[in-house]
Amino acid sequence: MISPEREALRTPAETRRSRILGVFYLLMAWLVAQVFALGTSGDAKFRLGSPDNPLDWTVSAQGLAWVVTAILGALAAIHFMRGLGKWTNGVLGVALGVFVLAFLGWAAAGVPDGFSLVGMLQASVIKATPIAFGALSGVMCERVAVINIGIEGMLITGAFVGAVVATVVNQAAGILAATLAGGVLALGLAVLCIKYQVDQIVAGVVINIFALGFTAYLGSQYLVKNTANLNQPGRLSAIKIPLLGDIPVVGTVLFNHTVFVYALFLLVAAMTYGLFRTRWGLRSRAVGEHPRAADTLGVNVLRSRYVNVVLGGMIAGFGGAWFTIGNGFPFNENMTGGRGFIGLATMIFGRWHPVGALGAALVFGFADSLQVKLSILDTGIPSEFLLMAPYIAAVVVVAGVVGKARPPAADGQPYVKE
Amino acid sequence: MSTDGPDRPEGEIPEDEALEDEALEDEALEDEALEDEALEDERGGFWQAVAPRRIDLRSALLVPLLAVIAALGIGAIVIAVTEGPGEILTAYGALGKGAFLGWRPFSETLTYATPVILAGLSVAIGFKAGLFNIGGEGQMIIGGFCAVVVGFSFEGLSPWLHVPLAVLAAIAGGAVWGGIPGWLRAKTGAHEVITTIMFNWIAIRLLDYLLKTSFVRKAGELRPISKEVLPSARLPRLLSWLPIDDAGQLRVHLGFILALVAAGFVWWLLAKTTIGFEFRSVGLNPDGARYAGMSVTRTTVAVMAVAGALAGLAGAGETLGTLGRASPGFSGGAGFDAIALALLGRSHPVGVVLAGLLWGALRAGSRTMDAQSAVGIDLIVVVQALIIVFIAAPALVRAIFRVRTGEGVRQLTRGWGA
Repeated sequence: MISPEREALRTPAETRRSRILGVFYLLMAWLVAQVFALGTSGDAKFRLGSPDNPLDWTVSAQGLAWVVTAILGALAAIHFMRGLGKWTNGVLGVALGVFVLAFLGWAAAGVPDGFSLVGMLQASVIKATPIAFGALSGVMCERVAVINIGIEGMLITGAFVGAVVATVVNQAAGILAATLAGGVLALGLAVLCIKYQVDQIVAGVVINIFALGFTAYLGSQYLVKNTANLNQPGRLSAIKIPLLGDIPVVGTVLFNHTVFVYALFLLVAAMTYGLFRTRWGLRSRAVGEHPRAADTLGVNVLRSRYVNVVLGGMIAGFGGAWFTIGNGFPFNENMTGGRGFIGLATMIFGRWHPVGALGAALVFGFADSLQVKLSILDTGIPSEFLLMAPYIAAVVVVAGVVGKARPPAADGQPYVKE
Repeated sequence: MSTDGPDRPEGEIPEDEALEDEALEDEALEDEALEDEALEDERGGFWQAVAPRRIDLRSALLVPLLAVIAALGIGAIVIAVTEGPGEILTAYGALGKGAFLGWRPFSETLTYATPVILAGLSVAIGFKAGLFNIGGEGQMIIGGFCAVVVGFSFEGLSPWLHVPLAVLAAIAGGAVWGGIPGWLRAKTGAHEVITTIMFNWIAIRLLDYLLKTSFVRKAGELRPISKEVLPSARLPRLLSWLPIDDAGQLRVHLGFILALVAAGFVWWLLAKTTIGFEFRSVGLNPDGARYAGMSVTRTTVAVMAVAGALAGLAGAGETLGTLGRASPGFSGGAGFDAIALALLGRSHPVGVVLAGLLWGALRAGSRTMDAQSAVGIDLIVVVQALIIVFIAAPALVRAIFRVRTGEGVRQLTRGWGA
């Protein structure tokens, strides 16, 4: 039992949240026991290796489900008794992970070929990439207090420009052009928000409608008729990193990807260092938290906002090229499918921090790839419901099951110099 | 405001005079903090803005008009660049012909105007309360679908009973689909921009699924479309009595009248009722409204539910009136066009109706333009986006036409934190 002094340290809100999570865990445990444990028999085979280096893990699906039930039940008990304090969110992530594992065991039980866990994790990283770029673009803009709803438009513009330039010139030029196009669009957003002080959310929506409409217009006007000459970007090949790529499981999941994934890892590292360890980062954060104070101390608030918003747009434009060049798909109207908005949810989930954004994007990437892999297993769940998963996850995330995050204090407010 | 200072028209300054009876009655509630805020905020303080103000008609009409002209002008440049200057007259000629010349174009204009007016009212009422409803599309889908289910289910009902029943189902469905994001906003702070967009995607997937179920799907049909709405639930056509040859093709239906009635209702609700006053108060200053004893939670849910109901009605217009059944994507993007409309109509019901008629004309005309010239239908989306850009930033209009205009779009929405 917990001592009265420690009990007194918890606020009523924390206690309530802990109880809610306890009920949530209990429900999950019940679901696992009822559906995954009692509703299955046979072994589930998880494939962990690559085709040339097989490594299988065969486990009784029912046994796995009972173990998961026990874990979830224990967590529920802990939450009812005392809560987990600062470990709450991390434990929630792990709990969701084992829940999904029990689910996969249930889905894969009795399937002779087994289920490629490594393949799914690799796909998660790939699917997370554009979402993470969108989220990083959001972090870049919102750290200087400019809300960027236009990420979706910047992604689709990057996809369009990337596809066309990659077909006409080459893939490297395509990626560069996509990056620049995102920057130009972001400059438009910056001028509307900073110079004309248009409502930032309205301005972002304007950018989206404009980008979606314009790319659709040019696409139907030109690309449809000249697919071979204008809309065949070709697929960027994956590069296996020497040594790291040979590590079993981890190597396949993380180090055998296109440049987009590696660029993402580097960008996360660079932004984390830049925002929290450099003069530029300190100034940016000051502009986002208290622009008046920053201005008083000689920081050029407006210039700082212009620079960061344009950089954010370039990140989104680069990420947009993933849809076409990174996958080898020709440009298609609306092909971003709301990934920019999921990126915004990711940014909130990741608490406006680059590393958090990457982690959150991986969760969404997982939800996204789960749907693809499950449709192969033929579980009887309609594919439409699986397709909903990332969107429902986004709603749950912004609704704050994982706790409330605090945005930069001046977020969304225009700055007028006195 | 440094950017607007010198150009500010004389007509805009005496905003203080707009302090009318209602504000004076509530004077006792103004505490010092509110007064300070009113002094600080150059865009007009809380009570000043809540008070109904005299509309400066010249400014209210001039900016939208010039914005439309400028957008069509830039559209002409786009045509000149993509198709050659000779095509401009052909394209715009066809646009005008398809929108206005004859009974058929007139009917088409009203048919296209119907859903966008209703969805535009949905967005406008959200703006009045500081909420940005981008979920019109999803609310239309759910509302329209509910209407279809009622529409094909009850055989042998009198139209006098069946039509209202189906319409009410649409209103209820839309209200629920809009109310949930409102509730999430009020209870958890989940920003409605993200949740409503996610609810759009969820609605789209849900519709895809439901259209495949045997209960909904039309028997013997390969495409995923619903059963036909029974004649007793169809919204009657308004112009089929005309003594002309193609009277049977005049599609404008009772939904248009419903849209006008809804506009009147929204005006009455916002201008004449206590509920409307609460909506506007919460929109301008949630803290002030709470201080004045209003329930921000209840109001937020109510606003989103009313907005959803209006969009649901728009969906009913499409399924019960124009189409007679539900099919994938039956909402046709009206939920997104609605954002442009609400801005164009300055969130005023009369403005939204006028903007909706313009929109209907553009849509109806764009079909003819697509058929009779080399310019594709998506050009209208570009024109539409440009119109919003100019409406959102009148400074651009001012720069192009060298005229005095009112101020830009002030803060309509609230950031993540508020």
